[in-house]
Amino acid sequence: MKSERSGAEILVESLVAKGVEFVFGYPGGAVLPIYDALFGDERIRHILVRHEAGAAHAAEGYARATGKPGVVLVTSGPGATNAVTGIADAFLDSIPMVVITGQVPTALIGSDAFQEADTVGITRHCTKHNYLVKDPAELATIIDEAFRIATEGRPGPVVVDIPKDVQIASTRWTGQATQMRNRYAPQVEAPSDAIAQAVAMLATAKAPVFYTGGGVINSGPEAARLLQELQTLTGAPVTSTLMGLGAFPAAHKDWLGMLGMHGTYEANMAMNRADLVVCIGARFDDRVTGRLDAFSPDSRKIHIDIDRASINKTVRVDLPLVGDCGRVLHQIITGWLDAGHQAQDLTEWHARINGWRARNSLAYPKRTNGEIMPQLAIERLYELTKDREPIISTEVGQHQMWAAQHFHFDRPNKWLTSGGLGTMGYGLPAAIGAQVGCPDALVIDIAGDASIQMNIQELGTATQFRLPVKVFILNNEWMGMVRQWQELTYESRYSSSYSDALPDFVKLAEAYGWKGIQIDTLDQLDDGIRAMIDHPGPVIVDCRVTKEANCFPMIPSGAAHTDMILYGDEVAGTMDDEAKALV
Amino acid sequence: MMKIKAEAQERHVLTITVDNEAGILAKIAGLFTARGYNIDSLTVADITDEHDVSRITIVTHGPPAVIDQIHAQLERLVPVHKVTDLTEVGPYVARELALIKVAGKGENRVEALRLAEVFRANVVDTTTSSFIFELTGAPDKIDTFVSLMKELGLVEVGRTGIVGMIRGAEAA
Repeated sequence: MKSERSGAEILVESLVAKGVEFVFGYPGGAVLPIYDALFGDERIRHILVRHEAGAAHAAEGYARATGKPGVVLVTSGPGATNAVTGIADAFLDSIPMVVITGQVPTALIGSDAFQEADTVGITRHCTKHNYLVKDPAELATIIDEAFRIATEGRPGPVVVDIPKDVQIASTRWTGQATQMRNRYAPQVEAPSDAIAQAVAMLATAKAPVFYTGGGVINSGPEAARLLQELQTLTGAPVTSTLMGLGAFPAAHKDWLGMLGMHGTYEANMAMNRADLVVCIGARFDDRVTGRLDAFSPDSRKIHIDIDRASINKTVRVDLPLVGDCGRVLHQIITGWLDAGHQAQDLTEWHARINGWRARNSLAYPKRTNGEIMPQLAIERLYELTKDREPIISTEVGQHQMWAAQHFHFDRPNKWLTSGGLGTMGYGLPAAIGAQVGCPDALVIDIAGDASIQMNIQELGTATQFRLPVKVFILNNEWMGMVRQWQELTYESRYSSSYSDALPDFVKLAEAYGWKGIQIDTLDQLDDGIRAMIDHPGPVIVDCRVTKEANCFPMIPSGAAHTDMILYGDEVAGTMDDEAKALV
Repeated sequence: MMKIKAEAQERHVLTITVDNEAGILAKIAGLFTARGYNIDSLTVADITDEHDVSRITIVTHGPPAVIDQIHAQLERLVPVHKVTDLTEVGPYVARELALIKVAGKGENRVEALRLAEVFRANVVDTTTSSFIFELTGAPDKIDTFVSLMKELGLVEVGRTGIVGMIRGAEAA
């Protein structure tokens, strides 16, 4: 019966047809037929994680570092629910991902069967789309559409829930999907009259800013190149969201650094004083805008986004350009050149920016007692690794913001972080996924002592698959960002934010077959980092840093871009209820 | 002390055509709850011979920017073919069907029947002491009829929620 294949076999063939090389997963009862179909199949490598949350984040890291969709395979019930955080994370950060979940047999759905959960119901609002497959004959078509939905338009996670009987039942199979669906066709180019308007606005602006985001990265390396080209034509300075770091080279003279809550003074002041803001693949997130009614008050705003629902969601814009960042940038460049525009004289604008830059907002107090300031640790890590163009992942918290401020990225796909959902425990599995996709790259998870424990079990995954990832922990024995907020807004009542009973990270590393390095003082820092890089296998560095350091600059919640706190500013330690109520 | 502030609201009627697939109604209704939008009424039925496309009419209210977001968020769903904001595009027809049970004797019963004639309501069930009226029309017409019936022995009201359509020869 060559022409008949089981659902599980069709699934594997469909994944191969989509170019899938790696699947991050964890087996269980409801996916046993799929695991059996994968057994001995050389075309797809299965990366066995230690927890399904790790599978989802590893797939995200793989996707972010390679530009290809990440694929996850987990069982029903707890397998699926454990993956939900990673799915929600991918949804908020627009990461292309296809998640295959096993489901109890069709006849048992709704009966509260063993390991049954309503996966389609649970993931309905944290996926771009999801499916419950009822018939193996639909499977190839659904997998084809799932990959297109995950990768086209604004990328995102797609869940395909497959009951066990559908995996086992057979159907006629001709080698490919018989019926392709083409109902999903996002708009990728903006109308030409809108482009002409954008070009005219750019050509007359006296104080323009490019405000770029993760959409430029998602659009691909060509979009990052086009961004540089348009910047060269116009001379406008560039700032970026957390998710967009690397889309524009940090070494460039017109790079302002990141904007927003922990952005640079010059980036936020430029946004506040600009007469034209061109938002490219970003979404005016609350971490970026600060107080909405004081956000960039005097500028006209152009918003390039492939997702129409991002337009006017929080900030009204003057000119929406719905389309793919790269394509629209190309349209604008063509329009600019065709119109024969020359760059405006922006000397005065750049002079004002240089004035703000002179505030040196990323400065921090130096220590003379041998203690390591966390910012300095990141700076040294950057200096000693930059030649290797490392891929950096992070967890979530102070260390993440310090990495965003003090590690510099000149190319896209080198920076993997959980921006929208802010998921602690993202960094280690994401680094593992990135290392799987980029085996020769130096991949470093910059972590905090609290975050790293959230998916610490994935150390075993790296060991098993001989992935030489590095984990660089800024250990201040606090959930640092929580502690910082408690200091600034709750009069230093440090409610449950102390990292008590921390493990010995060096011994933990060794227990998993990793190398462990502890750095206690400044004179050990460079040698410790070099030892980490030189070791061919995976390494944990436990870098003990100044415990009470805060992450500045900072726009307190509810404040405007012009109300940044810098190191050395007086901080009240209290906040009114309106400000406290903001996230 | 902090207080929750309210914003000015507008009422809009949206029609949505969708693939008639499992979970689509949950997806749409859930989008409204997940993002904090309001549903005043929702009607849905399939409209093709193959039963593969459904048409939904949703009445919602919110600030203008939120209405625009609702429109965009609905369009973003993969099974959604088209969203039309009838209030925005207008003018449009909106009709609703109601079943209204009234019980009473003597003069009240006679008056209920007389008013039903005035409103062109049909009697679809009767006993010696009750009627069920079937009334179709714009929602405010039904509101008025129901409030009149309250004085005459109103027992129960069932309403479909409105179905809406753009006036004129063109499809929305």
